[in-house]
Amino acid sequence: MNSTIETIEATLREKLKPEVLRVEDDSAKHRGHAGARQGGGHYIVTLVAPAFEGLGLVDQHRLVNEALKDLFGRDIHALALNTYSPTQWKSSGRP
Amino acid sequence: MSDVQQKIAQQIQDNKILIFMKGTPAFPQCGFSAAVVDVFNRLGAKYETVNVLDDPEIRDGIKSFSNWPTIPQIYIDGKFVGGCDIVREMYQRGELQPLVQAATQSS
Repeated sequence: MNSTIETIEATLREKLKPEVLRVEDDSAKHRGHAGARQGGGHYIVTLVAPAFEGLGLVDQHRLVNEALKDLFGRDIHALALNTYSPTQWKSSGRP
Repeated sequence: MSDVQQKIAQQIQDNKILIFMKGTPAFPQCGFSAAVVDVFNRLGAKYETVNVLDDPEIRDGIKSFSNWPTIPQIYIDGKFVGGCDIVREMYQRGELQPLVQAATQSS
């Protein structure tokens, strides 16, 4: 467990009150490329939050980006997002 | 609006489908940019790209222009569509194809 993951998780839990939250570190796959050398990792975030209900993908991602904005460019180099409202999550049939 | 912001607005206005990316379609410099190019190639869509690595002002400027912290960024018909995950998700849901079709036919 690294501390950036913990920071991402804590920040998202506080700001978006997610029902499901998964943060994975994908940095190893990107080691050595220009962005990775500047520091800041690659993360994959899966998030199910009531705040996403009724929003399009762009607005869902904006909420996450806004919540994590202080980490961008420093701790986060790249972020892959899978966002769902609770309704979308149920109908997606994912565990 | 600053010069850079104006330049970006003009680029978006001039191109029906515009991808701000790292590298070029033939030589993408980032996996996320490569994935976006791949989606539009599969759709057989005609698109233009801006390589943000060629221009640090655009690289920073596009982030504030769209209020979006990451690259790639995709604009269709002057509208911000999203980044890599959104384009892939829309493609899988079948929502990207009609958008692309409408944009390319309206010229």
